[in-house]
Amino acid sequence: MSDFQLILLFIVAAIAGMASVLDEAQFHRPVIACTLTGIVLGDPTTGIILGGTLEMMALGWMNVGAAMAPDAALASTVSTVLVIVGHQSIGAGIALAVPLAAAGQVLTIFVRTITVFFQHLADKYADEGNMRGIEMCHIGGLLLQALRVAIPTVAIAMVAGTDVVNNALNSIPEVITRGLQVAGGFIVVVGYAMVINMMNAQKLMVYFFLGFLIAVFTDVNLIGFGAIGAICAYFHIKGMQTDIAIEEAAKTGGGSAVEGDDIDDSDLM
Amino acid sequence: MAEKKVTKDDLFWTFVRSNFLLGSFNFERMQSMGFCCAMMPIFKRLYADDPNEMKAALKRHLEFFNTQPFVAAAIMGIIGAMEEKRANGADISAATLSGVKVGLIGPLAGVGDPIFWGTLRPVLAALGAGIALTGSIIGPFVFFIAFNAIRLATHWYGVKYGYEKGTELVENIGGHQMHFLTEGSSVLGLLVMGALVAKWTTVNMPLVISEYDNSLGEHVVTTLQGILDSLMPGLVALLMTFACMWLLKRGMNPLVIILGLFALGIVGYAIGLFA
Repeated sequence: MSDFQLILLFIVAAIAGMASVLDEAQFHRPVIACTLTGIVLGDPTTGIILGGTLEMMALGWMNVGAAMAPDAALASTVSTVLVIVGHQSIGAGIALAVPLAAAGQVLTIFVRTITVFFQHLADKYADEGNMRGIEMCHIGGLLLQALRVAIPTVAIAMVAGTDVVNNALNSIPEVITRGLQVAGGFIVVVGYAMVINMMNAQKLMVYFFLGFLIAVFTDVNLIGFGAIGAICAYFHIKGMQTDIAIEEAAKTGGGSAVEGDDIDDSDLM
Repeated sequence: MAEKKVTKDDLFWTFVRSNFLLGSFNFERMQSMGFCCAMMPIFKRLYADDPNEMKAALKRHLEFFNTQPFVAAAIMGIIGAMEEKRANGADISAATLSGVKVGLIGPLAGVGDPIFWGTLRPVLAALGAGIALTGSIIGPFVFFIAFNAIRLATHWYGVKYGYEKGTELVENIGGHQMHFLTEGSSVLGLLVMGALVAKWTTVNMPLVISEYDNSLGEHVVTTLQGILDSLMPGLVALLMTFACMWLLKRGMNPLVIILGLFALGIVGYAIGLFA
């Protein structure tokens, strides 16, 4: 790997690391991070396919409240490096991504703890009315997050492709690699389960079964499901509006039952 | 003294900075530095000539803050409007400001989490990933552009309407419209999840249950997958999803479940249950 590639890889991994804490532009999501890493390493197609596969698995990895998601950033960059530079299969890449996500989570917990120090420094700057100081503390935390992904990624890129690493990876027996590939087919259910649990809507599960049945018996693609979902949502909200109108009518003791149509539907998207 | 007024420029820079809210996330006060930094363009407009008020403003906005980052922009707008009134002499105490801010964290996260993390991202990511699996660069682009367009719009209109409507916006959060929005997006999200379970999950169980030659001399092989498919295709994936939901609800770490499924895959392949 050329020095230039290593520098680009450092930049891509740093962006993914920053995005992993910011959770805004989504550069840390596998489908983006693996693609960018693949482009830097000269094999975009492998990066895109690995990214798509990992993305399905990581669908439910989200930061909600104080809970932290497994780390998609480190998992994406390093597994792409190992697959492309270390000549591994996509299946092996997925398997490697799991321990990497756990390792990345440990690293980000470490950084988020260190950043408490910046927090106290910021308090001091606030006492002095020093805005630039607070900004520097804020950026300091962000840069640590960049480094915690960029450094391991580049370090592994430098040793990946060497005989020692290749021999180690190739010595994994076939039953393991094939088994991991098989597991890759259904490991995605964990992500789906996380998303469903997050919505935590027992009474809406009927829509889940509707989606399942349509998918089993028809050939509708995902865009189609999005459209069907939007229509179901529309009717569901209509139903809710009617319920509310009836309830309010009952409360005021009569009157027109179907009011509340003034709710602006354009707000729904 | 001339009335102090936050300009559209200030709101724009607050919007820009709101994109870095979580940069210095830490376990003590979480997004506090990000919030304080995002408010700085507004503080500079309001308190530039009063160092004591400036220090007080910086300190009170270094307090604990943690919500869904996109909807946080609306809180920035609301607090900006309140700080403006305070700077112009209105009777808004520091305690009121903190109270409004902390009071908004929960309800807004309650709306933002299911909509953005529960529905929008999984749906768009699944769409992008589905295209990406074919090796097409369109997949990552679809996800990136669609998600960010909606995200940036939420940030900008959050800051703008938050500032314009102030606490009036707060009252709407508890109202019907927000409830409609979260339920509606959950309906869409769950429907797509159901489709993903059925279509984007691969389980193949070629385990042979029976094998015989029928009266016509044809060799008939019945596999476990064949029986399951005749009952209901996708049944195993559905059961696996429910098992995962159950384990997650009992507090099991998702990575542990994933490792468990890897083990299942390896053992299953070794004994010929899966292929």
